[in-house]
Amino acid sequence: MTCCSPVLELAQNEERVKAVDLRGEELKHAGRLGVDGTVTYVFSVPAIHCGACIAAIEDALRPLPGVVSARVNLTLRRLTVILAPENAPSGTTPLRLVETLERLGYPATPVDLGDLDQLARERESGKLLLALGIAGFAAANVMLLSVSVWSGADEATRDLFHLISALIAVPAVAFSGQVFFRSAFVALRAGRLNMDVPISLALLLSLGLSLYESLSGGAEAYFDAAVTLTFFLLVGRYLDQLMRERARSAVLGIARLAAKGATRIVAGEMVLVPIDEVRPGMLLRVPAGERMPVDARVLSGASDLDRSLVTGESEPVPAGPGLRVEAGVLNLTGPLDVEALSGAKDSFLAEMTAMMEAAEQGRGAYVRIADRMARLYAPAVHLLAAAAFLGWLVATDGDWYQAVTVAIAVLIVTCPCALGLAVPVVHVVGASRLFQAGILMKDGSALERLAEIDTVLFDKTGTLTTGTPRLARTDILSIEESAAARALAARSHHPASRAIRAGLEAVAEPDLEAVREVAGSGVEAMIAGRRARLGRPGWVAEIAAPDRLGHDGGGGNGIEEERAGGEKGSVAFAFEGAPITTFSLDEVVRQGAAPALAALRPAGLSVELLSGDGEAPVRRLAGMLGIEDAAFRQSPADKIARIRTLQAEGHVVLMVGDGLNDAPSLAAGNVSMAPASACDAGRLAADFVFTRESLEAVPFAFDIARRAKSLVRSNFALAILYNAIAVPLAMAGLVTPLVAAIAMSASSIVVVANSLRLTQRGRATKAKARDFRRRETVPASGAEPARRAERLEIPA
Amino acid sequence: MTALVFLVPIALFLGLLGLGAFFWALKSGQYEDVDGAAWRALQDEEGARIKEAKD
Repeated sequence: MTCCSPVLELAQNEERVKAVDLRGEELKHAGRLGVDGTVTYVFSVPAIHCGACIAAIEDALRPLPGVVSARVNLTLRRLTVILAPENAPSGTTPLRLVETLERLGYPATPVDLGDLDQLARERESGKLLLALGIAGFAAANVMLLSVSVWSGADEATRDLFHLISALIAVPAVAFSGQVFFRSAFVALRAGRLNMDVPISLALLLSLGLSLYESLSGGAEAYFDAAVTLTFFLLVGRYLDQLMRERARSAVLGIARLAAKGATRIVAGEMVLVPIDEVRPGMLLRVPAGERMPVDARVLSGASDLDRSLVTGESEPVPAGPGLRVEAGVLNLTGPLDVEALSGAKDSFLAEMTAMMEAAEQGRGAYVRIADRMARLYAPAVHLLAAAAFLGWLVATDGDWYQAVTVAIAVLIVTCPCALGLAVPVVHVVGASRLFQAGILMKDGSALERLAEIDTVLFDKTGTLTTGTPRLARTDILSIEESAAARALAARSHHPASRAIRAGLEAVAEPDLEAVREVAGSGVEAMIAGRRARLGRPGWVAEIAAPDRLGHDGGGGNGIEEERAGGEKGSVAFAFEGAPITTFSLDEVVRQGAAPALAALRPAGLSVELLSGDGEAPVRRLAGMLGIEDAAFRQSPADKIARIRTLQAEGHVVLMVGDGLNDAPSLAAGNVSMAPASACDAGRLAADFVFTRESLEAVPFAFDIARRAKSLVRSNFALAILYNAIAVPLAMAGLVTPLVAAIAMSASSIVVVANSLRLTQRGRATKAKARDFRRRETVPASGAEPARRAERLEIPA
Repeated sequence: MTALVFLVPIALFLGLLGLGAFFWALKSGQYEDVDGAAWRALQDEEGARIKEAKD
């Protein structure tokens, strides 16, 4: 329900039951009522990745009562479910769907159908595909007629064929060429030149000349050139558009994980209100496991707060009445009643958004490679055509017709068919390679910018580490104690308890009685008549046997030492009157972090760590991963300042981060990446989002970007080579419609073939990619038992 | 040359037929999930799968 919040297990205490109820309510609002009473839900399910997933999901959902249809869209990682009318007996609720999916291992979130509609309305690719279909039809038929003319049709037959061609080509270009005409018109009105200006000019002039030729019984018509040109260029446009839309809709899917509502207390009753309707002064209840919807002050209740997403600090802080809390902070252990201090529009989140927008403006200066080429290319083409026109006018003593024909031939052969395809085809191939590796790309210019980087800045919490603690060491204990600690840990959703539960071996658990969770302290219960506590060492020590304290390293003093050494914290357990035992926790380094950094350094990139966390944990992690430049206690403004300094020194910066505090710096970096677990703002600000656990996505994307760049360059070289041959021929008046048609098609095919080399990999990269994919399948390290974790630990 | 009178219309008609087929495919959502369609072709019929699961 909220992004990054721990996945809620089935309700285990009263508070959680309430939260789940509200969640069900919230889910119900995501559906759309059809005319026949059925309700349609669309879920974003990022974990879908192959055909087996389709079968698993559809087979699990279809037998549920009330499910009319369930269909997976593998391309968009989405699931559409139609439910029977709500009042039907034994109907399935959307909550049950989500729970079923979670059990199968496919966490799902509903997609806002309003956003989906908006996306569909803004969708350009459908229109482009239509234009492409018409241009393709026209190109094939006109070519058919043109081939007959080239192979010897003459006199009346030729004129007839020309006229039929005109009837097909003129409407086809008028419809399909609109994309280019419109863009050229906009550019001209702004006093600029872009690639579409020479394209439009060539299309219109060649059609005009050909019409004149056909009506006056002339021999040479360029109808085929005009339509094939439109067709090839539209292919480039369509691919470009398709890639952008795919990425946008995928990002939209995961961007919707945020809480859209808040629980308001009105006269003792709890009501779910949309987040936009929260006003300062409202009384809100924030259950454990939920995020603060707005900035607020705690009125009553006690709990621990996870502020890592907001400040980057990984250690939970205790919360009590009077504390001011920022929007986005995760409430961990107990329900809190809070008073809203701001509306959604002017909360801490909104402040961050404003900072992000300001930071983004600095990035607007980047000009895409294709546009840079167009700036050189368009004037050159126009000058050449004008020169050809004037030259022939002088040489033939004022033969207008001849001069115009040659000028048009120059425009047609130089027409940036190959150039128009050079960039988008490479980017589309690159995007699909990245998509296969679970990396979403917002648009092609991100790939261009990624290839330029020389510095990588990493955030710590949530990026280099997974943000959830792991059990590193424990001096436990007998099986009895271990089982009791594990059972107690199950009763709390403090991250530390989860880590302990995951870290201890699963054994038969004793029955607990009188379970009590003391927020900010821990969990207490009676086990077979003995009191047992799991929680803060000081609180546990109250009931433990005192003689053991201070005697050995496992006692209270040892804990303090460990914390100074940069441990994430420690938890103690004891039976009443029995010796105390401790668990030390540690942050889990994100999977693939070490190999990722090892791969980035030889590529000539300098790596820095920027964290909002305290000195000790940052130093420890930097030491483990061998990062020399590590800055700690960085505020969002500090991070931006660091990026600006680097940029002023001429560096091109890749920012990798996830937290709300990173969002402005993600926008400020020349290019940015975020894990899918990042907060909404972070994901929206990032150019790349990697949906798999491993950090190796970073060097992988960089590798693809670099190879894409070299392919784009070789494509440009090929296009220029082609022009170097074709332009002199055209200016000499040697290019007939037949030659133009062959030359254009050949150059386009060469460029596309060259671009497809991105899918082929060298042997070394191939092995790396396979390795990368295989490692993806290893389960998340959080579930590994503690003993194994210990072995993986690298001394600080 | 009289053959052209029907050959050209036939050629155009066939072209239009192809275009029509393309539009139909576009409209009926066949381009919505290209990756999924590739996998579905390899799967057993739904009924058979459910039956197998029960066995």
